[in-house]
This record gives sequence, C-alpha cells and structure tokens, in this order.
Amino acid sequence: MGNPNVGKSVIFSRLTGVHVISSNYPGTTVGYTKGAMKLGDGEAEVVDVPGTYTLEPTCEAEEIALRMLETGDVVINVVDATNLERNLYLTLQLLERKVPMVVALNLWDDTKHRGITIDLDRLREMLGVPVVPTVAVGGEGIKPLVQSISEARSPGFPARTSEERWMAVGKIIDHVQRVSHRHHTWLERLADASIQPVTGGIIALAVLAGTFVLVRLISESFISYVLDPIFNNLWAPVVLKVSGWLGGGGLFHDIVVGTINGEEIDFVSSFGLLTSGLYVSVAMVLPYVISFYLVLGLLEDIGYLPRLAVLLDTVMHRLGLHGFAIIPTLLGFGCNVPGVLATRVLESRRERFIAATLISIAIPCASLQAMIFGLVGERGARYVVMVYGTLFVVWIVMGLILRRAVRGFTPELLIEIPPYRLPSWRSVLQKLWMRVRGFVLEAVPIILLAVLVINILYSVGVFDAIADAAAPVVTTVLGLPREAVSALVIGFLRKDVALGMMAPLGLTDHQLVIGSVVLAMFFPCIATFAVLLKELGVVNLIKATVVMLLAVLAAGGMLNLILS
Amino acid sequence: MPEVRTCSLAQMGTGQRGTVIEVAGGRGLAGRLDALGVRPGKRITKISSEIMRGPVIIQVDRTEIAVGFGMARHIVVRPD
Repeated sequence: MGNPNVGKSVIFSRLTGVHVISSNYPGTTVGYTKGAMKLGDGEAEVVDVPGTYTLEPTCEAEEIALRMLETGDVVINVVDATNLERNLYLTLQLLERKVPMVVALNLWDDTKHRGITIDLDRLREMLGVPVVPTVAVGGEGIKPLVQSISEARSPGFPARTSEERWMAVGKIIDHVQRVSHRHHTWLERLADASIQPVTGGIIALAVLAGTFVLVRLISESFISYVLDPIFNNLWAPVVLKVSGWLGGGGLFHDIVVGTINGEEIDFVSSFGLLTSGLYVSVAMVLPYVISFYLVLGLLEDIGYLPRLAVLLDTVMHRLGLHGFAIIPTLLGFGCNVPGVLATRVLESRRERFIAATLISIAIPCASLQAMIFGLVGERGARYVVMVYGTLFVVWIVMGLILRRAVRGFTPELLIEIPPYRLPSWRSVLQKLWMRVRGFVLEAVPIILLAVLVINILYSVGVFDAIADAAAPVVTTVLGLPREAVSALVIGFLRKDVALGMMAPLGLTDHQLVIGSVVLAMFFPCIATFAVLLKELGVVNLIKATVVMLLAVLAAGGMLNLILS
Repeated sequence: MPEVRTCSLAQMGTGQRGTVIEVAGGRGLAGRLDALGVRPGKRITKISSEIMRGPVIIQVDRTEIAVGFGMARHIVVRPD
C-alpha cells in the first residue's frame, strides 16, 4: 500500500512473476492486481492496492484500499523517500492498525539527487517496524525487503486525530531528515517546461504526434511483416481445407468459413468465423491494442500524463470532460477499440459515457483514414479537409451538447504531478501483458460472436430489409444514391471496406465527402461496438447509439444542404 | 491589531510563496486537499496558473499539485 506514484507497481512487478491477474473490485471501476511471490519455502499472494493518500475514505479508491487492508496478513507500505512529509501520514495511519507491516523506502537513489539525507536507524526506531531502502526500478533492496517480511510487526500506535498525526509526522521529519540545496537536473527542467502553457503546448503536440506515429508504425509493421504473412501463408491453406470438408458452400460453411471463391481467401470480406472473425480481431485490431498500450504504459511511467491532463483541462471541461480524456480520444485515431477501452481511466460515469460516445462518433480510425486519403484525396485535397473539418466540428458540437444533456458530474482536477522518472522496462512490459491479455479474453470472443450474428442476419435477409427501409432517408436527407445504403451496412463490419464499396458508385465529389463523413460517424464497427457494450453497459450503449444516429442524420443532412 | 492580507489561491501571483490559512468549502474538498498536504499552516509556492481559468499548480514540500480553478478559489492563502 502507499501513495500514488511512489513505485508500488514496480515493486509489485519485482516481487511477482509474469502470472499476474488484473481485476476490478466488484461493483466498481477501481482496479487492483494480484500475483504470487516466493516467500521462504512456499508462496504468498501479493495484492497491489490502488494508491491512496489516506485511509479516511474521501473517494472510492480509498474505500477499496481500506477494505483490502482488512484481508491482508502483512502490509508492505511503499513510501516515497523524497516525499516523507506526505507519505508518512499514511504510514502512521497504518501503524495505528493491528496489521503487521514493513516499510519499503523507495526511490532511495533519488534522495541523493535531491540532497536529502535520511537517518534510517532513527526512522526504524521511531516507527517501530523494519524499514528497507529500495530502488525498485533497478531491483536494489528487493531481497532485503522480502527477508524483512518475516520481521513484520505491528507496534499498535494509539489512534490519533488528523492534527495529531501531522504533528507526529513533523516530529519524525525533524529527527530523521536533512535537506540540502542542489541544482535542477535536466529532467526537472523538462518537467517544468512541460507544464507551462507555451512550452508545455509545444511539448504536448510533439508527444501526441510522436505517439500517433509510433503506434501506427509498430502496428503496421507488425501487421505487414508478421501477421499478414501468417494469415496468408499458414492459415489460408488450413481454411481452404476446412472449406473443402464443409462442402464449399451452404449456410454452415458460410458461417464458419465465409464466402470464398475456393482458391484464394480475402480475409476481410469473407465474413466467416475462421476468416474475418479471427482476422479482424487478431490481425487488424490486436496489433493496435498492443502498440497503444505499450506507448501508454511508457507515458504513464515517465509521468507525462498528468501534465497533459492539466494543459488540456480547460478545453475538455467545455465538452463535459476532464483533462485526462484526451488520451483515449487521441488513441481512437489509431483504432477506436483501444480508445474506448482507455476511457476506463476516467473517474466518473458521465465522463466515460461522453468520451466513449464522442470517440465512436467523431474519431475515424486509421484504416478508414487511409481510405479517405486514398479515395477522397483523389478528387482533391480540399475534400479531405472538408471531411476532417466536419468531424472536428461534430466532435466539438456534440461535446457541448452532451455536456448539457448528460446528467452527472465531471470532477474538478486535483492531482499530484509526479516528477519525470525513467521507466522500468519490467513494469511497462508486465502492465502491457496484463492489458493485452485482458483484451484477448474479453473483446475477442465478442467480436467472433458478432461476426457470427451478422452472418446469420445477412443470410436471412435482414440486411437487405434494413437497406430497403433506410433507402428513402438516405436519398433524401443525405443526398446519396440508394446503392450507398449497402455500403453503410457493411460499415458495421469494416469501415474501410465500406468506403471502398462507395467508389464504383459514381458519386460526385460532394457526395463522396458526405458519404465519408456519414460512414465515419454512423454506427461503430463491430469491434468498437463490442467494447462499447462492455464499457458502457447495454442501457448506455442504446443511448449512445441513438445519439449517434441523430448526429449522423443532422450532420449529413446539413452537409447536404450546404454543399448543394 | 495589524491587518493580515489574505487572498485566494486563484488570486495569488505566479511564483509567489505563501501560507495556507484556511480551506473553505465542504469536508470532501478539505479532506482531499488535506491528504495531499494542503493544510492550514502549510507553506506553498504557486508555480503557474494556466491561461483561461485553468488549473493552478502549486508546490507543497517537494511535490507539485494541480488544483482546479474552482477549488483554488476556495483556498485562502496569506502571501509572503
């Protein structure tokens, strides 16, 4: 247990191995991680409790932490050695309880850099429990820490009021800590620059651009060099065999394998479980999920995200969001799926709903953007600008509307801004593993299920019926030809393919712009739909869908009016 | 009795140092700020104020904290 940003996760990753489970405390969005470590001759379960500043519950995370405290045998209190004044408050609260504990005095190396000297023996004396200095990122002090667990004690300090505790902290500090002056390191200078409005803005743009480029680079390389070859060279022959066994056609065959022409397989349009189902989840979405979480983990551990949230906070509040909501939004540009998944980091339900809805409506994913640049770009660059411009306006306007329309609150910003720290690869990779694993176990089955359902509906003729019913609206309000409707319907599966289907329709430039905007805004692709269902729940998903449909009609209709 | 000049954190000048006098507002707000170290009697430095009523950044001991503008208006400070 310990304050946020003290390195609990790194210590956790040092103590446990790879087999770590990330969970949500039941009925909340607060997460915790569980793992196992070697202790003596046997094993012990380790739980990484959400960071708290105090045991007095002022927010959900702290209530959870308090409850978890009751279930533990030993507490490892991770303390930031460079911030004793604040960290010791929690330590004293823990000492008042009956749970045996040890203190891991982390970031020990940083104390030298900051000119802080701590009298360890005196501190041990005054706290009455083992105190082990650690540098979790480098792995120092972990062995002694594990050994000290057997000596964990509970001195059982008397219960104090908040005032008394702070005075006690002050007394300990006086006896134990000396601070001398030293110069700013370059990291600190960078940290200061990142938060000032002007320099911070420049750095933010650089970071965001870098993130975008990096995520795309990693994903696309992975897809082109690893996944596509595997699917085309190894998996395709297997599928063809299965196709043969199933008779090459017929309902069951089409559901499992999809429509193929017997020789080659187009993994995107075939629609079968073994083909599109697997390909969409593994070879199109998963690479983005991995690269996104990798970059996010790095940014988190370096400590940049709070600064970004601060810079953008004002703007985001106008849209009913919190500064932090910029992260999921920007990553929706790579793929909406990790974007929506990332809305988990936001504190209130209202924010999560607004952020997720805005992402699904107004943020086009990378593959769709590629098609936009390709098809619309052919007609002229200004049409591409029109498409992006419209989407941006939609994002802002919808944000303004949702802010008023959605009940609930968006909390004001109150966060600690940690200093920049070089991340530990171990911790980043372990986090990555947990998140990717979560995605594979949660989202993939839903995507497969959705492909199955769509297939069934398609063969039964539901889609044609929908197309017929929607045609009048599409032609009058949106000004698109009737045939465009089936492209929109395909948009539920893959937006890039759907845009491609509009190409041979002989649309005018303006119609193509409208078509692209409508496609981007209208109904998320199945993968996004699946995670929206998971993150928002059925009721909110329906609400979001209604919002989307109305927005599409409004935007498309207005564009139609303006452009003709 | 000499006049004691106080103002809200929001009104403090950038780079100024001061002492927290009081945290007005509900118990929830005071509790959260207290846990972060922003308590009556604490010395703080205002590091920056974002433009357009954005969050205020202060330094308490060796930590930096960003406080939303609305909250900053409820923190009463006596500047040096």
